[in-house]
Amino acid sequence: MGDHGPAQGFGRWLFTTNHKDIGSMYLWFSFAMFLMGGVFALVIRAELFQPGLQLVEPEFFNQMTTMHGLVMVFGAVMPAFVGLANWLIPMMVGAPDMALPRMNNWSFWILPFAFALLTSTLFMEGGGPNFGWTFYAPLSTTYAPPSVTYFIFAVHIMGASSIMGSINIIATILNMRAPGMTLMKMPLFVWTWLITAYLLIAVMPVLAGCVTMMLMDIHFGTSFFNAAGGGDPVLFQHVFWFFGHPEVYIMILPAFGIVSAIIPTFARKPLFGYASMVYATASIAFLSFIVWAHHMFTVGMPIAGELFFMYATMLIAVPTGVKVFNWITTMFRGSMSFETPMLFSIAFVILFTIGGFSGLMLAIAPADFQYHDTYFVVAHFHYVLVPGAIFSIFAAVYYWLPKWCGNMYDERLGKAHFWLSFVGLNVTFFPMHFVGLAGMPRRIPDYALQFADFNQIASMGAFLFGFSQVFFLFIVIKTIRGGKQATDEVWESPEGLEWTIPSPAPYHTFTTPPAVK
Amino acid sequence: MLFFSKRPTVKSLLSVKPFVVFPLLALSSQAFAKSSEVVAGEAQRWGMNMPQGVTATSHEIYDLHMLIFMICVWIGVVVFGVMFYSMIMHRKSAGAVPSKFHESTLVELAWTIIPAIILVAMAVPATSTLIKIYDTSDADIDIKVVGYQWKWQYEYLGEEVSFFSNLTTPQDEIYGRVPKGEHYLLEVDEPVVIPINKKVRFLITANDVIHAWWVPALAVKRDAIPGYINDVWTIVDEPGIYRGQCAELCGKAHGFMPIVVHAMEEVDYQQWLDTKKVEAEELKLAMSQSFSMDDLYARGEKVYQTNCVACHGPAGAGGVGPSLIGSSITTGPMNGHLSLMINGVQGSAMQAFGEQLNNIDMAAVITYKRNAWGNNMGDMLQPVDVLNHKRSL
Amino acid sequence: MKSSASIKSIVIRLLLVTVGMFGFGFALVPLYDMFCDITGLNGKTNAEAFIPLADLIDTSREVTVQFVATNNDYMPWEFKPQVFKMKVHPGEEIETTFYAKNPSSKAMMAQAIPSVSPSRAASYFLKTECFCFNQQQLAAGEAIDMPLKFIVDRDLPGNVSTITLSYTLFDITNGGAITGDSLAIR
Repeated sequence: MGDHGPAQGFGRWLFTTNHKDIGSMYLWFSFAMFLMGGVFALVIRAELFQPGLQLVEPEFFNQMTTMHGLVMVFGAVMPAFVGLANWLIPMMVGAPDMALPRMNNWSFWILPFAFALLTSTLFMEGGGPNFGWTFYAPLSTTYAPPSVTYFIFAVHIMGASSIMGSINIIATILNMRAPGMTLMKMPLFVWTWLITAYLLIAVMPVLAGCVTMMLMDIHFGTSFFNAAGGGDPVLFQHVFWFFGHPEVYIMILPAFGIVSAIIPTFARKPLFGYASMVYATASIAFLSFIVWAHHMFTVGMPIAGELFFMYATMLIAVPTGVKVFNWITTMFRGSMSFETPMLFSIAFVILFTIGGFSGLMLAIAPADFQYHDTYFVVAHFHYVLVPGAIFSIFAAVYYWLPKWCGNMYDERLGKAHFWLSFVGLNVTFFPMHFVGLAGMPRRIPDYALQFADFNQIASMGAFLFGFSQVFFLFIVIKTIRGGKQATDEVWESPEGLEWTIPSPAPYHTFTTPPAVK
Repeated sequence: MLFFSKRPTVKSLLSVKPFVVFPLLALSSQAFAKSSEVVAGEAQRWGMNMPQGVTATSHEIYDLHMLIFMICVWIGVVVFGVMFYSMIMHRKSAGAVPSKFHESTLVELAWTIIPAIILVAMAVPATSTLIKIYDTSDADIDIKVVGYQWKWQYEYLGEEVSFFSNLTTPQDEIYGRVPKGEHYLLEVDEPVVIPINKKVRFLITANDVIHAWWVPALAVKRDAIPGYINDVWTIVDEPGIYRGQCAELCGKAHGFMPIVVHAMEEVDYQQWLDTKKVEAEELKLAMSQSFSMDDLYARGEKVYQTNCVACHGPAGAGGVGPSLIGSSITTGPMNGHLSLMINGVQGSAMQAFGEQLNNIDMAAVITYKRNAWGNNMGDMLQPVDVLNHKRSL
Repeated sequence: MKSSASIKSIVIRLLLVTVGMFGFGFALVPLYDMFCDITGLNGKTNAEAFIPLADLIDTSREVTVQFVATNNDYMPWEFKPQVFKMKVHPGEEIETTFYAKNPSSKAMMAQAIPSVSPSRAASYFLKTECFCFNQQQLAAGEAIDMPLKFIVDRDLPGNVSTITLSYTLFDITNGGAITGDSLAIR
């Protein structure tokens, strides 16, 4: 690789193998998907603003809940983390680029096709996928709309993209570290991504197998999930959640890494318990493989199974607790300031912990009989995913954007974005705990009158949260186009190799490996 | 803490009851039931906690829920307390100088072990409750519950009593053309009736996709899975009407298949059961009678509004299903129409109604469809024709 | 920084893991069946005839066996147990029948899928002969009494006093699984 800059025009983006270009494309793509998934969510919340059917028919409502889930999980959160990995991992480990730059280009460019395919189903006869993002058989097989085949291929492509991305990340981390950068010296973001990438390689193929079995059931007369032919619809749920539970950790582990980078910078104190953070992440990843059936407490498992999955799930609270305690102890007796990335990180710690509490409540199998498939569950996973994954991504963008484009964002606007999002999020999702406990099932387009008040509040919060993100887009574009010049360090003595290079980061960095002491 | 405000609400609700009861004792029991429900409906409006329910299990689950919740609240108070303390005291703007410490084996060990102990304390009551929930032995009454897209069927095993339970909320209420009733979306034509203080076992399965049978007041939720049977049980303490909903996404009308459980004194239950049996006998008799066009038309309209309207629309103009106005079926040969109704259309949303509708309702709804909305075929079908048709097949 | 050869070897290993995990997804199918056989998960019972080894009858104990019949979607057959409920001694071989009638105007194939509740009793409910072992074919209008022979294992846990055997009847005239044709209609 020479010292030349980027190619010109559209070809630069189409053929690029530069980790920074690909990282940017991932991030922009993910933001576009975030807005699209957000629009789907707003359709849902608008319909639920009051009881009765006002705006959409139930068939379309079900397509909206399904597409919202799929687009947010596979289109917004995962590509955003891969984008951050692309930008940051080579800079953090002192590598010139990813290990497999050509594959990196492919793994990004197949994504837009996957989502074009998925979105196009909405315009097909019979409509798009309407069986929820968990697509339980036989609703998603025997009773699915014809577009299910396109859905299956879209999932295959997304899976291939994730697997290629993960292989690349593992190869980069294991092979491309600068001399002296031992594993236990790596920043936590690199560590959490390494573990996440292994999780992805372990479970995305299982998801691919799962949808392949669906495809065979639908088109080739097999009976994997069809009771009539000796199959079993419950088997579907086991296979799906064997993928699905690690998947939710895939969406949160990189967030742990981001927050572990930001909190020490703004507490001006080294991260507390680095080693225990690594071990906790690894334990969470391991536990994620043996808790899947806690999503299925009501299918009628034998009591032994029920108890096993309850105990295993409760255990997750231990390593997760260790992480939260570590972050708080990092803040303790530090010297804190509250710039936008720190605000998002603090909100992450508080709100993710609240999501963890409701998760612990859900782990209690007998109580889960009351919570299962209600809005309490919806509140729970939005509390871990929105302030968890999404807030950490915002925090990361504010934290590293000055390094990427060389300009400081407008701190006032950033804080305004934070407070709008924070208020919007809580107004949206906190009341969902209440309606869920009071008995409102999830995935319904219309509801009984006693749930009306909190739903109305939640809908108003959702619109506030949604429009705040357009404001975020404005802030990012404004920062890229100009603003106060960022220093090379950007923040007050942050840790990490990425702060030793100039701002904005040159097109090629670490062409000669840095020395790590 | 917002959760707490529910407690006084529950109490005030309970304390209101006697006041309502006394003046109303003189009135009919129906009026009482109605007014106490209105009170309940009002109190539920801002409901934010799990209902305590009316069974020993539901109370136990409620207590468990509150226990875990309170533990979480206290952990939250401590953890967030420390966090806010440092955010206030250790600010750079307040001149805080950062310490340098970054590990402590003792502390890290402590906050691994203490949560583990708390978890064990949570697991003990949870396990004991779960074991009780799983003990389905020695039931007094067995009721088979079958989930259909989108209604429930109840079959009292060994009693020859079986019926479907359909949503009765009119389309006009759903689409906001008329004000919504008190039990909007939570009302059915035939509730499942059970006696109080008896162990009732529900055998739950499904006809098509996975549904879930859930009544919060009973703390019973179990998936209804085609091909598999699940069992759950309940012993209800107080008579009353308890409402729930399907809790597993099952397609278009997932939000429109409520569950209503009517728990009554055992005497009343026996009476109800006997009436149902007599009804079943009468129905058998009526199968051999002839009805006038007007009778069939009127009955058929009701059957249509319950079973067909969701797909074919209130005026037969279609929706999810095809329009019935002047269609080749409704204005075609009678036998073809009847066969289609009995067998359904495989691979479409048109179900086989042969088992779901009795011969009278079948005859009535077909007569209605052939004469309503300007179809004016002028022909009609008697229950005995339906029977003969089924036999001749 | 290591050589491109070691990158290659990592990539190859990771691709093998990927392929392996894809296979593992499919391996979950037999693993799950095995697991169900052992634990009685889902109330699955034996799919092939059980051959009794010794016919010792435990007359000191009585267990209630209930029979339940359910039709799956689009299944127009009349289908019901001839006897709804019986008391049996563990170890005793019992025979009963289910009635089925095809009221439609065409020949149809059906498959009955058994399920036992409570599920912990499933592995103790042993069928020596069952119509569910085979597909049933009935001509238009034909009726049949389908036989079932079973033994309740003497080792049935003491706290099980009632066993419910449920059959769901599926229409498999068109090969059982739903085909692309029917999807097209949807």
